[in-house]
Amino acid sequence: MTKRSFLAVMLLVVPLASLPGPADAQLLMNGAGATFPYPIYSKWFEEYIKVDPEVRFNYQSIGSGGGIRQITERTVDFGASDGPMTDEQLKKAPAELFHIPTVLGAVVATYNLPGNPQLSFSGDVLADVFLGRITKWNDARIKALNPSASLPDQPIVVVHRSDGSGTTYIWVDYLCKISPEWEQKVGRGTSVKWPVGLGGKGNEGVAGQVKNAPGSLGYVELAYAITNKLPAAKIRNQAGKFIEPTIESTTAAAAKSMPADFRVSLTDSPGPEAYPVASFTWLLVYKDQPNETKGRSLVKFLWWAIHDGQKHAAALLYAPLPAPVVKDIEAKIKQITFSGKPLLAAQ
Amino acid sequence: MAAESTAGAGTADGLSFPPRAISGRRAALGDRVYTVLVLASVWLVLLLAAGLVAALIWESWEAIRTFGFHFLVTSQWDPVAGEFGALPFIYGTLVSSLLALLIAVPLSLGAAIFLAELAPSWIRPPISFLIEMLAAVPSVVYGLWGIFVLVPWLRDWVQPGLGRTLGFLPLFQGPPYGIGTLAAGMILSIMVVPYITSVSREILLAVPGSQREAALGLGATRWEATRMAVLRYGRSGLIGAILLGLGRALGETMAVTMVIGNRPEIAASLFAPGYTMASVLANEFTEATSDLYVSALVEIGLLLLVVTVVVSGLARLLVWSVGGPARGGRE
Amino acid sequence: MSSATRRFTSTAMGALTLAAALLVICPLLLIFGFLLYQGASAVNVDFFLHLPKPVGEVGGGVANAIVGSLIMIALAVSLGLPVGILGGVYLAESRDRRLPWVLRFVADVMNGIPSIVFGIFAYTVVVIPMRRFSALAGGLALGLIMVPIVLRTTEEMVRLVPNALREAGLGLGLPQWKVSLRIVIPAARAGIITGVMVAVARIAGETAPLLFTALGNRFWQQGLDQPIAALPLQIYSYAIAPYDDWHRQAWAGALVLITLVFLASLAARLATRGRAVAR
Repeated sequence: MTKRSFLAVMLLVVPLASLPGPADAQLLMNGAGATFPYPIYSKWFEEYIKVDPEVRFNYQSIGSGGGIRQITERTVDFGASDGPMTDEQLKKAPAELFHIPTVLGAVVATYNLPGNPQLSFSGDVLADVFLGRITKWNDARIKALNPSASLPDQPIVVVHRSDGSGTTYIWVDYLCKISPEWEQKVGRGTSVKWPVGLGGKGNEGVAGQVKNAPGSLGYVELAYAITNKLPAAKIRNQAGKFIEPTIESTTAAAAKSMPADFRVSLTDSPGPEAYPVASFTWLLVYKDQPNETKGRSLVKFLWWAIHDGQKHAAALLYAPLPAPVVKDIEAKIKQITFSGKPLLAAQ
Repeated sequence: MAAESTAGAGTADGLSFPPRAISGRRAALGDRVYTVLVLASVWLVLLLAAGLVAALIWESWEAIRTFGFHFLVTSQWDPVAGEFGALPFIYGTLVSSLLALLIAVPLSLGAAIFLAELAPSWIRPPISFLIEMLAAVPSVVYGLWGIFVLVPWLRDWVQPGLGRTLGFLPLFQGPPYGIGTLAAGMILSIMVVPYITSVSREILLAVPGSQREAALGLGATRWEATRMAVLRYGRSGLIGAILLGLGRALGETMAVTMVIGNRPEIAASLFAPGYTMASVLANEFTEATSDLYVSALVEIGLLLLVVTVVVSGLARLLVWSVGGPARGGRE
Repeated sequence: MSSATRRFTSTAMGALTLAAALLVICPLLLIFGFLLYQGASAVNVDFFLHLPKPVGEVGGGVANAIVGSLIMIALAVSLGLPVGILGGVYLAESRDRRLPWVLRFVADVMNGIPSIVFGIFAYTVVVIPMRRFSALAGGLALGLIMVPIVLRTTEEMVRLVPNALREAGLGLGLPQWKVSLRIVIPAARAGIITGVMVAVARIAGETAPLLFTALGNRFWQQGLDQPIAALPLQIYSYAIAPYDDWHRQAWAGALVLITLVFLASLAARLATRGRAVAR
């Protein structure tokens, strides 16, 4: 008898739930993908309600790979990824997909040593640490780069990501460019076969491990190093300067010519002030939008994001797009169409 | 017609299924409806399970075709080169789950016995509730608690201590990272405890008082009465509770992956990092790019199913060989 | 064995079981303490009434996530409860040789499958054909997780109902279905409810299967066929972010989740209170 009344309650809840909730008149746009830009996207979508109260953007972080897969399956209106789609992935999509860069992020080398001195590394030293060739903190090559720091005679506990991630992709992409041995032995991908080290889950897993275990060395997104008060190493860039990872040096990494589809790697950038381990994060949208109202809302949002949206980036520890790149992206957004007609009227 | 009884379905010793109408047309209709509903539920479960297994086999076919038996015995996990082997994950799953059960079963059964037999009746509800609430804690919270509280404790106190006292055993050798198989086993044991304890408690409470009284009447001490009458009577239920806990341990992803170190290597020491099948699935599925990669991951899901089957089967065999079917139940 | 030894053993075992019970509660208290310490400051009225807000803005809450979780649990229970209980009764009562064995085997295996696999299954059969994430898909995934737990615990509980009760019912001329539904199941009621609540507690905290089915939603629900928010998803998003403010909200969310499950469990027990059996 009570089971019946329990069931009755349940049956009441379900139809009530199907009734539209408050504030339902808006259009709902769904997107999914990278976890890295989740904070800035959630800020943007909240701010954008003031700009266009008719639309609600719902973004969920399920990972860059998830974003790519869902936009390919068309279960969401837009995807997001920290790593560009490969040719193979683009071919699997039912129609042409655009990569729209939104902000930049940096991946930093963080560590845990007594006193946490500011350390400097070069790419090849980092590659050899992650390959397991350099095993101690007081190794001659590390000492040479940091003559004034006191380095203990302790093994380096390498910490990497266990889950597939765009952050990993950026890091190993950089190591591939610097170290032919890394490229051959390990390669690049969102998940790789790490020669040494412990795997932490997510940026917060790596940050947590490094923070708690003396002698660790790991890689995390800049925002996590700053908010966890972890030290970030200076890394030598292509121009030979040791660059500290900051918002400015990250933006400087994009100061180079862009390919038309924006599927570019910004690691080991040639700019003199560029931080060498930086990358775009992209929104993935179809060139030809299936729905006119949704498509129009989408392109208007994209336009806003690369202009007004940028001013929110630095406060949340993301690097804004440099001005010349914004111009290129404008041209790209104007190419998004519905039934062949561009959605964005000339601004 | 379904309501016709099957051989041996008498009413002398309780109910039969399908039920045999014994009084009137309304009763026959009721029995028929009941039969239909019950059988529908049963077949729904079987069909869903079959659909699940079929979907898993379908998705993993490419990996099965490519790697064949080698998948089970190789230790290479290289997504970039497209080489996949599941052995370290199978090992990690078995070791962490076994460790979890070793810790959880005695504690859970002990707590259940205490709650069902020995506790004053006013203590039972609050403590039982508290233990059941452990089951509601999201696994990501367990994982984060593990990273912030359990792992530092292991790294700074427990592992050095174990290394000093029992370090001659290969189980307790190696640098104390904190993170590793031991941490995973301990977190799993905490997660498994509420299941085993709650269900065991109910089993023990459901044992008829007459059993207990009979033993006490014969002069048994309280413990002997519990052991001989209650535990034996409820044995099949207790095994069911333990298997429930085992299932949870085998399939747990989030919390384990946050504290196990995620290193696909086989190591003798509990201090070393490891990797479980459920963890690699959770970690890499959303980001898996190539079809072979996805297929290999789904095959790991399929293997986990197989491991669950084998371990459950072995557990039942062990119990059956020790004592035969329990009284009061129908095996 | 002398009677002194036997008595000593009895007392010792009593002490050991008490110790076990205390040890079992320890991690619970530690975890609760951790959550309270970290998250209590973020629990306020806003938390229960408002939608999530971006970092740095005050007044954000998890209201839609609470409602979303309730909706999906209701969906899951509407699948898991009847199927699980009826299946469990079948397993306990049936004299058949093969079918119950198969069902029991299948249920044990289902209990061991990682929840993410059920999510992937629901994704394949609901999300892809519907071309969207939805509460229905999430409810299905959670319901699938629930079924084998309820099934096996119901079976064990029903088995332990003394035959005397069944015989009494049959002796009074009741048809078998009435004996099962009106006598046996109510007699095993407390245990069945425990099984159901343990299953509900489990699915209330599940994140992985919802990632591919419900997706999550920053806003209020717009129907069962749309993405929907859920407490564990929101907790997960907050917990893995770099901001302390969001971390606090994650812990607060976990506290709210556990409290809600606690209240539901209490309600279920009170609603089904009645004559207990042979205690």
